Amino acid sequence: MATTDTPMISLQHVDKTLGGRKVLDDMSIDVGRGEALVIVGGSGVGKSVTLKHIIGLMKPDRGRIVIDGQDIGAMKPVDLNRFRRKFGMSFQEGALFDSMSVFENIAFPLRRHTKFTQQQIRERVDECLELVHLPGVSSKRPSELSGGMRRRVGFARAISLKPEILLFDEPTTGLDPVISDVIAELIVEMDRTLNTTTVTITHDMKVAFKIADRIAMLYKGRIVEEGTPDTFQQSQNPIVRQFIEGRAEGPLTE
Amino acid sequence: MNLLERIGRVFIRLFEETGLWFRMLLRTIVWTFRPPFEGLEWLRQMVRVGVDSIPVVFLTTMFTGMVMALQTYNGFHRVHAENFVGSVVALAMLRELSPVLVALMVTGRVGSSMAAEIGTMRVTEQLDALQSLATDPVQYLFVPRVIAGIVMLPLLTILGDALGVGGGYLVGVKLMGANPVVYQQNTYQFLHMNDIWSGLIKSAFFGLILTLTGCVRGYYTSGGAEGVGRATTAAVVSASLIILLTDFFLTKMLF
Repeated sequence: MATTDTPMISLQHVDKTLGGRKVLDDMSIDVGRGEALVIVGGSGVGKSVTLKHIIGLMKPDRGRIVIDGQDIGAMKPVDLNRFRRKFGMSFQEGALFDSMSVFENIAFPLRRHTKFTQQQIRERVDECLELVHLPGVSSKRPSELSGGMRRRVGFARAISLKPEILLFDEPTTGLDPVISDVIAELIVEMDRTLNTTTVTITHDMKVAFKIADRIAMLYKGRIVEEGTPDTFQQSQNPIVRQFIEGRAEGPLTE
Repeated sequence: MNLLERIGRVFIRLFEETGLWFRMLLRTIVWTFRPPFEGLEWLRQMVRVGVDSIPVVFLTTMFTGMVMALQTYNGFHRVHAENFVGSVVALAMLRELSPVLVALMVTGRVGSSMAAEIGTMRVTEQLDALQSLATDPVQYLFVPRVIAGIVMLPLLTILGDALGVGGGYLVGVKLMGANPVVYQQNTYQFLHMNDIWSGLIKSAFFGLILTLTGCVRGYYTSGGAEGVGRATTAAVVSASLIILLTDFFLTKMLF
């Protein structure tokens, strides 16, 4: 996936304090068009917060967030709301609307943001379920699905409007290793077929190496290391080493 | 921490909450007039607030009318003013009891469930998911609920008016043996249209207060299942308090 000159996503010197704790501290990172970036890091280092900033669910205390050349901090709420159609986001537990069936979940953005007929909506929903390899569940309720299936329905809902940017919040947390790998494969596949820019946050290094064009390590609110999976693997940064090897002793646990 | 500091903190929180409430009210008003309109969702909420509350309203207002008649009859009997029982029951129900009781009952039934529903959506990230799908939660969740409250509460109050007056009639005539014709005459004799209107206007305000409070409490839920519980309780308590306070001021203004 080639990276062109202007980045699709650009976080510039972002600070964020939540509940008196500085979660993001002068954080900067760029994501190129079509690139698959994976942000790794331990629990509570600001990974989710970073994603929420990218999609504008949180506002930075300081710094700018530029998406496709537009500063989303300067946007009016209505414009930001419309701008979000560029994004598809998948949440940790899927965050499916539990008052609706799987079909209605995926049809929800189509009904609201397109002029599709019932027939077109049905076709698009089937197409999305096909893409996540989950055909035939459209009449089920979210509560009837397993964790991995819920995640995949969440993906289907996120891609239904053909977004340019896909965000994945801990896509494999709480899944068994086999299903985790299936999900990782699926992300790679979706990234390829849909030609999107993706940002994934995870603490699962196996998943990270599988789907990333580039990996960045978040530690204490800033990026401490970034590079291709190969360079990242060979990094001599003690923080990165400890995280990759999953050791209890090291700078992370001091 | 000394006493003054605590008192100060309470007041600051009170001001914050009030400001927040009005800010969300403003957002709700703005989003009401922006497409897309959720026609189906509006109807669904109206059923939930209005139709589903009929049994509760039925029992509450009918028995209140009955006990009003019973009490006033006993009292008025001592001064030989039994004839006015019908007037007193009608005035009290229409102007005050029906709007307030209906509002409080619906707060317990619907305001709480709205807070729980939206609060659960908050802690399971469904509200974030809504926003990520370019849908403002205020537009999709608040607007249909608040509209339903404003439309349905006056209708429920009309029902309550009728049932309260009817209940009073039953007790007055069938139980206490008042003359049916005289009772009816006295019921209408001192009533003005204004009495009905003031009750209905108040109930529309109450409908706004109880739905919006439920929604706002749910929206600002934090801290998992326990947080949802807190939000639900807070929604009922604060909505009931606001309803009783505004009731006084609205009554003073409308008369």
